[in-house]
Amino acid sequence: MMFQVYLWIVLAPLIGALIAGLLGRVIGRAGAHRVTIAAVAVSTVLSAVAYYDVVVAGNPGFDGTVYTWGVVGALEIPIGFLIDELSVTMMAVVTFVSLMVHIYTIGYMRDDPGYQRFFSYISLFTFAMLMLVMSNNFMQLFFGWEAVGVVSYLLIGFWFDRESAIRANLKAFLVNRVGDFGFLLGIACLFTYFGSLHYAEVFAAAPGLRDATMTAPWGGEWPVLAVACICLFVGAMGKSAQFPLHVWLPDSMEGPTPISALIHAATMVTAGIFMVARMSPLFELSEAALSLVLVVGALTAFFMGLLGLVQHDIKRVVAYSTLSQLGYMTVGLGASAYAASIFHLGTHAFFKALLFLAAGSVIIAMHHEQDMRRMGGLRKYMPITWITSLIGTLALIGTPGFAGFFSKESLIEAVRHSTLPGAGFAWVCVLAGVFVTALYSFRMYFLVFHGKERMDAHAREHLHETPAVVTVPLILLAVPSVVVGWMFVEPMLYGAHYGGSIHVAPAHDVLGRMQASWHGAGAMVLHAFVTAPFWLAALGVATAWYLWCRRPDLPGRIADRFRTLHTVLARKYYFDELYESVLAAFGRAVGGGLWQVGDVRLIDGLAVNGSARGVGWLSGVVRRLQTGLLYHYAFAMIIGLLLLVSLFVVVRL
Amino acid sequence: MIDLPLLSIVIWTPIAGGLWVLLLAGGERSGATVRAVALAVSLLTFALSIPLWAGFDPGTHEMQFVERAAWIPAFHIHYHLGVDGISMPLILLTTLMTVLVVLAGWEVIRYRPAQYMAAFLIQEGLMVGAFSALDSILFYVFWEALLIPMFLIIGIWGGPRRIYATVKFFLYTFLGSVLMLVALLYLYSEAGSFAVLDLHALPLGLTAQKLVFLAFLVAFAVKVPMWPVHTWLPDAHVEAPTGGSVILAAIMLKLGGYGFVRFSLPITPDASSELAMFMIVLSLVAIVYVGFVALVQPDMKKLIAYSSVSHMGFVTLGFFIVFALVQSGDATGAALGIEGALVQMISHGFISGALFLCVGVMYDRLHSRMIGDYGGVAHRMPAFAAFMMLFALANSGLPGTSGFVGEFMVILASFKAGAWIAVLAATTLVLGAAYTLWMYKRVVYGPVANEGVGALEDVGRREFVVLAVLALMVLLFGVWPAPLLEVMGPSVEHLVEHLSRSKL
Repeated sequence: MMFQVYLWIVLAPLIGALIAGLLGRVIGRAGAHRVTIAAVAVSTVLSAVAYYDVVVAGNPGFDGTVYTWGVVGALEIPIGFLIDELSVTMMAVVTFVSLMVHIYTIGYMRDDPGYQRFFSYISLFTFAMLMLVMSNNFMQLFFGWEAVGVVSYLLIGFWFDRESAIRANLKAFLVNRVGDFGFLLGIACLFTYFGSLHYAEVFAAAPGLRDATMTAPWGGEWPVLAVACICLFVGAMGKSAQFPLHVWLPDSMEGPTPISALIHAATMVTAGIFMVARMSPLFELSEAALSLVLVVGALTAFFMGLLGLVQHDIKRVVAYSTLSQLGYMTVGLGASAYAASIFHLGTHAFFKALLFLAAGSVIIAMHHEQDMRRMGGLRKYMPITWITSLIGTLALIGTPGFAGFFSKESLIEAVRHSTLPGAGFAWVCVLAGVFVTALYSFRMYFLVFHGKERMDAHAREHLHETPAVVTVPLILLAVPSVVVGWMFVEPMLYGAHYGGSIHVAPAHDVLGRMQASWHGAGAMVLHAFVTAPFWLAALGVATAWYLWCRRPDLPGRIADRFRTLHTVLARKYYFDELYESVLAAFGRAVGGGLWQVGDVRLIDGLAVNGSARGVGWLSGVVRRLQTGLLYHYAFAMIIGLLLLVSLFVVVRL
Repeated sequence: MIDLPLLSIVIWTPIAGGLWVLLLAGGERSGATVRAVALAVSLLTFALSIPLWAGFDPGTHEMQFVERAAWIPAFHIHYHLGVDGISMPLILLTTLMTVLVVLAGWEVIRYRPAQYMAAFLIQEGLMVGAFSALDSILFYVFWEALLIPMFLIIGIWGGPRRIYATVKFFLYTFLGSVLMLVALLYLYSEAGSFAVLDLHALPLGLTAQKLVFLAFLVAFAVKVPMWPVHTWLPDAHVEAPTGGSVILAAIMLKLGGYGFVRFSLPITPDASSELAMFMIVLSLVAIVYVGFVALVQPDMKKLIAYSSVSHMGFVTLGFFIVFALVQSGDATGAALGIEGALVQMISHGFISGALFLCVGVMYDRLHSRMIGDYGGVAHRMPAFAAFMMLFALANSGLPGTSGFVGEFMVILASFKAGAWIAVLAATTLVLGAAYTLWMYKRVVYGPVANEGVGALEDVGRREFVVLAVLALMVLLFGVWPAPLLEVMGPSVEHLVEHLSRSKL
């Protein structure tokens, strides 16, 4: 019975995507959105059923095969589901956000000629993401992993006549592929030492390989699990846009806004976080890998947040905010607070999807203007967008009581309790990040909704609140942005919400240590007012208010004063330049060099055509001997005869 | 059913059909008749080849559908045919691709259509013959005879530099095969038989094995083609008509891989083992070096040709990592390597064939293969753009397409043989995506580049069918490769077992 439920959770969006994609012209625009929304709604309801079944009713989950993908020798590779507390949580988040985005898309893409194609893509994305989170083996995980990457590629390049969009999508795919390169090697490494691709078998055997080592290519011994985990994490760095593979995410804002909300905020980018949490039985055995995760996450959390301060494009601010928040989740993974990371993943999915869709609502109202320098004072024109944005922003900066508060505060506290190398550095980064988050979030909020109305008269005349298909999802997302924290903080962090799906070694159990001082969600909110993060956030909001509301002339002057720093930030630490002008150019130069020198000059020029010329030359020489003159031939015969005779004489002697 | 000489029928039906088509040449309305007959013959052949799969017993490694008759008794040469799980899928690939090629050349070939169709049909029979021959001289005859139709296809219906390309193609492959003949004659002198299975069982000293291996290597490496004897392929592809490119990439290259797995590995296992590292390095050079070269090609056909060389690197890699695994007693790992390589051969047949057809579709309209002459094709040809997207992604090894299966299996197996091998092989994830999707971006995406592109018409019904069949195959074997693996399994496991025993 439940197996059918699981099956239809993934099949419904796939069928929806196929119908909208292949029969788009037949069923028309309304047909496309009806079919896909119905399909995703089925998926959402069934996911809720599965969530209830496993988490609330406490029934055992499921770990079994749907069909056998292939058998080679003793290796059987299945397509299967692993349904446990972790996967049902992800399924619930993914399908709910996806449903909201589907509905919202009706309004946002109303006039787009690629309407059916768009619905097909986002349903296909939902399918791919579900395959990823529901997988019970590494092959299928890799399938989902790459499939979400491809759909993201298609969606970023949705408006494929824009040069910026098709540059961004190629970049996103290739950067993700660099991560996947590591990911695949990690899978191959695990397969080499465990002989299985099935999670349960690998996890069961993992403690036995705690001390196993492998020979490094240049000698020396490496611990196998550290190598495997670091390779897997490289994959997560690509998908979850961690420094230094973060470059694709801001550019991915070239895609339509619903996509930014669905893929690049709420679901796809959290795949890496989910994957590490899923692999917790492996990561727990390698402190080296955990330390790396901790440091990479901390770097991303702080330095990517800083970039949000200098962006003018409303969507890019939200994008950098996403990078920074993904850094927070990664820090939590490194500190072994997997539950807190997944909790933040969930709360972030709601309030970040909300912020993106609100930004999209603003963009619709502004007639596809995304530059915040031409906005301002919008709260008068679009009250629902304004209030829901404010809720999202408050949740993002961790205002006590809002969803983001519970998850982020817990993460910061977890990092403080961690004893791994790098934990101190990470703690400083995430604390400083709180101030930065509040600063850029309220900068955006003030620039868009308060202050002077900087748009031109024509745009102002047409300003009005967006239609219900846009505002209803905003409201539906604003609700969980407030309440999910209260509801889930206790069961998720200190209760049995995740059951046995997340494994934490006793030595790393930071949440266990925090449990000693846990007195309920209400107490946590009250306690917040005497902790550093609250005052840092408040300071950030106050600074933002002063700079962008009270003294709007100041930011420009500060930027002039610190010109170098501002340029470095505006150029995003020069990573794009590094990758595009150095790495990509290097690749093309190597290709050109190998082609022109290796293939054309050496192999073809010297070896192939060279030997052809050699044969030609030789026959030209030999041809001269054929003079046609009898006495030349006779002379040659006499010489030959003499040589032969003397040879015989010499040999006989 | 069992008593029917099915393999002979599948070999000789297209050859007879091809000769019949030749007789139809020259008449007033011969074009339409020729096309209809050619299509009927190719469909019939495909239909006749289906029982080879349907009636195939996947429970055994023994040769099936065996036929044996004396041919030249004085030298113990037999007309000896049979298939196992390694060759049977390749035969179906051949018969299916020929149908598609006949369809692809439908209205496009105006010059001597009868001779064109006849060449492909005769070639089909010869290729099936080569894949099913169990007598090495019979194999050699088919192998050499194959060159003639391809030589004519490129030389007559090819592009402006076709003469250079055909001569290069012919000399390269012909020189390679002459050494193979010498090796076969030597093996006959030792074994007193030309039967392939007898040669498998023939004990040989290490030096003799090495010499035989090297002689085979020249023949097969050129055909695959392996680096550094690959430069004939881009030239041949660029000049060949679409159909020629498709058959060349989809099937002719597979003969090289088939040669390794049918001749080199089982006949000279110790030499193969000794030289395995050398072969692995050549394969990795093909994957990495040629991947970089593909990146900068301005000509779509050349790009796909280089991509073929890079992908075929996985085939030879899969074959030769096996020895390290066999020595450590890892039969599953070894089977993974060989089956991965075999799946890669089948899959590459579909994907490279499809990509050459895609270029052909555009070439038929604008008469250019240059990436720079295109841009924004998706605006005018949305269905085509969707197909090409699928094939481009498959070429980048996307999971869910057949392009992933072989590469995944070979990379898994190669990590077992040595982590550094897997690291270099996995670079294809980045390189393959880079050269394929960068080409796609410049050709299909973007604003409409010029008037020519602006006047493009989307694929017609005939083109749609051809591309849809290939798309279906690419997805089917990507989502569910189990049937293919099941057929190959026993034969590959038997081969692995054979390789684990030294002949010394």
